[in-house]
Amino acid sequence: MSSRNWAVFGGLLLVALVTAGLISQVSSSQPDGLEYVAEQEGFASAEEQHDLAESPLADYGSGLGADSGTARGLAGIAGVLLTLAAGYAVFLLARKPKPGRSPLPPETSARD
Amino acid sequence: MHIPDGFINPAVSAGAGLVAAGGFAAAVRQTRRYLTDRLVPMAALVAAFVFAAQMVNFPVLPGMSGHLLGAVLAAVLVGPWAGLIVITIVLLVQGLVFADGGLSALGLNIVNIGLIAGLGGYAVYRLLLRFTSRSHTAVARTAAIAAAISLPLAALGFVFEYWLGGTVEISTTRVLLAALGTHALIGIGEGIVTGLVVAAVMRSRPDLVYGAPDFQGQRTEELVP
Repeated sequence: MSSRNWAVFGGLLLVALVTAGLISQVSSSQPDGLEYVAEQEGFASAEEQHDLAESPLADYGSGLGADSGTARGLAGIAGVLLTLAAGYAVFLLARKPKPGRSPLPPETSARD
Repeated sequence: MHIPDGFINPAVSAGAGLVAAGGFAAAVRQTRRYLTDRLVPMAALVAAFVFAAQMVNFPVLPGMSGHLLGAVLAAVLVGPWAGLIVITIVLLVQGLVFADGGLSALGLNIVNIGLIAGLGGYAVYRLLLRFTSRSHTAVARTAAIAAAISLPLAALGFVFEYWLGGTVEISTTRVLLAALGTHALIGIGEGIVTGLVVAAVMRSRPDLVYGAPDFQGQRTEELVP
């Protein structure tokens, strides 16, 4: 793994953290495209409450107690790190098996 | 763009869940053919970046905002199949941790954003790339156009699902026109940001960009006999 890789990887991570932690705090609270269409065309009322609506992290930390901007930023940073970890774990399992490294699960590599 | 619970009936939602699961399985089968060790951190970081980008709603019209999908961005950077896995992971984190996007609608959202906007948008990208030069700017510009088109594509997916199983009786034509119009506008923002990010990565490491002519690695399209 060359240092040039890490320049790109570090850059992507930094931009993700700044976007989720800071820029997200000035995110517009207006309805998004689909919510807007639902309101205009009259099916917004069909929306049911999310199963996890009572969770403190619901709607990006609106239930955390801190002021909404800070809470959203903290929730965003937590989300970025969680997505990164989940992504790393999934892609380790979904990567190309190396010859000699026992792949998981073993049978699917036979297609190559 | 995230469909909440209640908009689409349970039968169509469950059907979309099956399609999404099939898509995910196909995606893993494909990434196991090309996603080498050095691309693993890149794919995970693209997932983190797409999660972050989807948190920022930008104003589009008075009373309406939009946010990025990042589906074409992910597909161009790490390949359409890894891109589908990226979108699935992001939607799972959003739905299961942040109550964003209905859990019963998870399959619908994976179909619209991951399969239709992501795979469909990448097909548009490959098609348009045939008519451009192979320069870095041409790649970024083509990704931008495909990303802009991917938003109304995803909206078409929603309209189809609403036509199949919408819970409130409304003229499909009206939903179609409204959804296409609003998402075409949001697509402009999607295109601009996608173009900028692809251009930035291309400037430093074109060999890491799956959709770029300089990509150092195998593409699944080329593995198909």
